[in-house]
Amino acid sequence: MLSMRGVSYRYPGYARQVLQDLDLEIAPGDIVGLVGRNDAGKSTLCLVAAGLAPASIGGTLTGEVRVDGISTVGRPTHELAASVGLVFQDSNTQRSGVTATVFEEVALGSVNLGRSVAETVRRTRDAMATLRIEALADRDPARLSGGQAQLVAVASILAMGPRLLVLDEPTAQLDPEGTRLVGAALRDLAATGTALLIAEHKTDLLDGLCSRIIALDGGRIALDGPAASVLEDPALAAIGVESPARVRLARAATERGLTIPAGAFAR
Amino acid sequence: MSERSARRRADGIDDATTAPPPGADQLSEADAAYLAGLAPATPTAYHRQNPLTKATAATMATLGAFVLGGYVGPLAILVLGVVPGAIVAGLLGRLVRLAALISLPIAVSVALVSVFTRAGETVLFVIGPFDATLEGVDFAAQIIVRLFVIAMALGLFGLTTDPRALVVDLERRGVPPRVAFAAAATLETIPAMIERAQTIQAAQRARGLDTEGSLGARVRGVMPLVGPVILSSLTEVEERSLALEVRAFGRPGRRHLLWTLPDSGRQRLVRWLLVGLFLAVAVGRVSGSLPAPL
Repeated sequence: MLSMRGVSYRYPGYARQVLQDLDLEIAPGDIVGLVGRNDAGKSTLCLVAAGLAPASIGGTLTGEVRVDGISTVGRPTHELAASVGLVFQDSNTQRSGVTATVFEEVALGSVNLGRSVAETVRRTRDAMATLRIEALADRDPARLSGGQAQLVAVASILAMGPRLLVLDEPTAQLDPEGTRLVGAALRDLAATGTALLIAEHKTDLLDGLCSRIIALDGGRIALDGPAASVLEDPALAAIGVESPARVRLARAATERGLTIPAGAFAR
Repeated sequence: MSERSARRRADGIDDATTAPPPGADQLSEADAAYLAGLAPATPTAYHRQNPLTKATAATMATLGAFVLGGYVGPLAILVLGVVPGAIVAGLLGRLVRLAALISLPIAVSVALVSVFTRAGETVLFVIGPFDATLEGVDFAAQIIVRLFVIAMALGLFGLTTDPRALVVDLERRGVPPRVAFAAAATLETIPAMIERAQTIQAAQRARGLDTEGSLGARVRGVMPLVGPVILSSLTEVEERSLALEVRAFGRPGRRHLLWTLPDSGRQRLVRWLLVGLFLAVAVGRVSGSLPAPL
């Protein structure tokens, strides 16, 4: 699905390489979590995976990025959009500004892909049902709460039916219920074979969701492995990532000499 | 015939001339009705006219008022074209207030400049070194009449046409969506910038910036806002354009829009008649076959 080999990336006008010599493989149905402190390169990796860097924002990319076996270099972004979706952190900037209802906003990507009206309507209704936002269909997208707007932004990409979905802190503005909804929707989506790459600070969300975690530090992969082992790795704290609550609780209990029943803090 | 179809037929809208979007025939009746309901509300027969027809009428009225000049020509356009449309749209009072509001500042400056600087033989009164002449008053009045007619014509178009309707209709006629989007997004940016400026101002005030009081204090209070507002707007524009790209906005080729607006053979005829009438008047004025403006 997504393959990166020896990828390094530098933004235009900057000498520092934000990503350095990355190797990454994501197969259909994989849910890969991406963690790291601010400035570790998570958002940049999302932009590179979606083909926006360097195609749209410039900069220098070395190494090889392939989606479905085809190099992203030289491919127009709109061509990649049919197979790779990217959800940004800020729901406000993802709003098109040219639609009057949430239904039209969610449908916009599918319309842009030139799909028939019937197919667009079906995909739009499916995406909204997945995120349980059907009740917002007739609302003005500019008059939503931050959480609702982010759910609409995710639905807008889902309606395009990408085989790889990249999410850059998709729950940053969501309340616990919204976060749970997005998590459940992403799990359902992965079950259909869609590959997911999720950059996120909320390790509790990733803990229950991801099969694999990659921790970035200074643009390099510091840790990469099954979610349980990476999220329980003590080295995580050293690169500025907080472990999930269950891991911290288990550690605190052990430090105080408490006996923990087996499986009490399992994922 | 359904009530909606009967009303559309009465308004001169022939459904047969408005091709349904591809794939629309595969929609359920409920979905088709839902999509039709997404189009902007059109409460009156004038609102229901195609945006291009209303745009053509406003443009021809504007150009006609300029070309005809004098009083009679622009007022004829107003009385015979704009006012009946405004009455049908149920907007006459609101439109007059809007047009007056738009034309008032320009009218005042035109009056001041023309009345006192236009050379003329009939001096009405003198203020210091300035002579107010009858010719100046006449010239200013003609300009103000034209301004008012133009404000009425454009105002009628603006009040009866949702920008989305115009954008969708232009795209259906082959205008690239990028061009149509640029226009719509520009309008969208203005309230967003105002909102951001208010947020930044509140943050600055929380840190002790004085934005109240005398004019000087208010001006000084605006300066720290300029940089953050402009920089954050530029950042937002970049993020917004990236977000649109991942939604395949730059894809070439036709898009199948969820709803379209009705057009009819009768409306096409009206548009061409309006254009023809304007061209005839323009040629008449240039060639001198029309009498001088009255």
